[in-house]
Amino acid sequence: MVGLLVVSHSAKAAEGIRDIAAEMGSAAAPVAAVGGDPEGGIGTDATAIGEALAALDADEVVVLVDLGSAVMNADLAIEGSDKTAVVADAPVLEGTVEATVAATSPKATLESVREAAERARETSKR
Amino acid sequence: MAADTDHGAAVVAAVARVADRIADERAYLTDLDSAIGDADHGANLDRGFRAAVEQVDALDDPTPEEAVQTVGTALISEVGGAAGPLYGGGLMRAAGQLSDGITAESTVAFAEAYLDSVRDRGDARVGQKTMVDALVPAVHTYKKSIEEDDLDPLAALAKAVDACRRGVAFTVPIRAEKGRASYLGWRSVGHPDPGATSTLFLAEELLAAAAAALDREVPTDLDATAPAPPGADGDRDGDPDRDGAATADAADTADEGGS
Repeated sequence: MVGLLVVSHSAKAAEGIRDIAAEMGSAAAPVAAVGGDPEGGIGTDATAIGEALAALDADEVVVLVDLGSAVMNADLAIEGSDKTAVVADAPVLEGTVEATVAATSPKATLESVREAAERARETSKR
Repeated sequence: MAADTDHGAAVVAAVARVADRIADERAYLTDLDSAIGDADHGANLDRGFRAAVEQVDALDDPTPEEAVQTVGTALISEVGGAAGPLYGGGLMRAAGQLSDGITAESTVAFAEAYLDSVRDRGDARVGQKTMVDALVPAVHTYKKSIEEDDLDPLAALAKAVDACRRGVAFTVPIRAEKGRASYLGWRSVGHPDPGATSTLFLAEELLAAAAAALDREVPTDLDATAPAPPGADGDRDGDPDRDGAATADAADTADEGGS
């Protein structure tokens, strides 16, 4: 099963994006959210991302991120993780929605879900 | 091994010195970061280095490699933001180069491994207004001073710090292409990069720590020949003491930085 992890500088943003995406998916695509720096402020934290990755009920995980340090801390967390995980190069909200839909397909693979997330870069607002 | 133990103690002393400096500069770094970033660089690094000091102090006769690993881990877990993975990841990657102790050769390898890690993780090259602009001239100057100019390590380190200072000055007039500052576009021009600046503080304290460990004065008779660059002449950040003189090293190494 392919799961999704939303990483934002804000825990609230990450949780909100997860909630929006979860409406599109089902229990077949677990989506977790993590955000905030080690003191709970705005930022990202490799340790917290690693813990969220470990807690996610999926062996393969596509990670959706917002700004710069989210990418680096997600990379660090993945390096230290037992799971197969990739960071998608995608807008975090649209990418998470696209990826959640793709992850609910019975044929979903890590690559197909990542590609779905990255297709969101092309999505027009109108 | 007695030599390793001494080298480990030297690393621990250097960490304490860096932590004190970062604590002193905390407000300044945060001010820089409030101009072009998210205003937490000083606070984040201070928190990280305070944790690093606590953790290395708790080690029993660490080797240099162990001490540096411990600092890297502490920074990753405490700093967050971009500085955590950049500084912490860099130290963790480079620590192994000190497995046989601190020598001219091992410190060159350490500096290069650290630079590679920062460049890879940040996906940054010279000219984008990042810590790479300070690191590249520093590391290349250190390597050249040791391997080609045959300087002793302390003199080489002093030259590297000088190059690092000019690298910071180089970040003032350019536009950020990475990190939070890149969203500001041209508004990022006129401010030194916070990461380059904290990198300089670390380099300065490493130099002071090395001089103390060797019981020597910090060399001041540097043969600084690089010309002053246009646009990096001074009072852009309102503090002439912090301004460097030239960017030649950074410019010279720009091609390598992009490789």
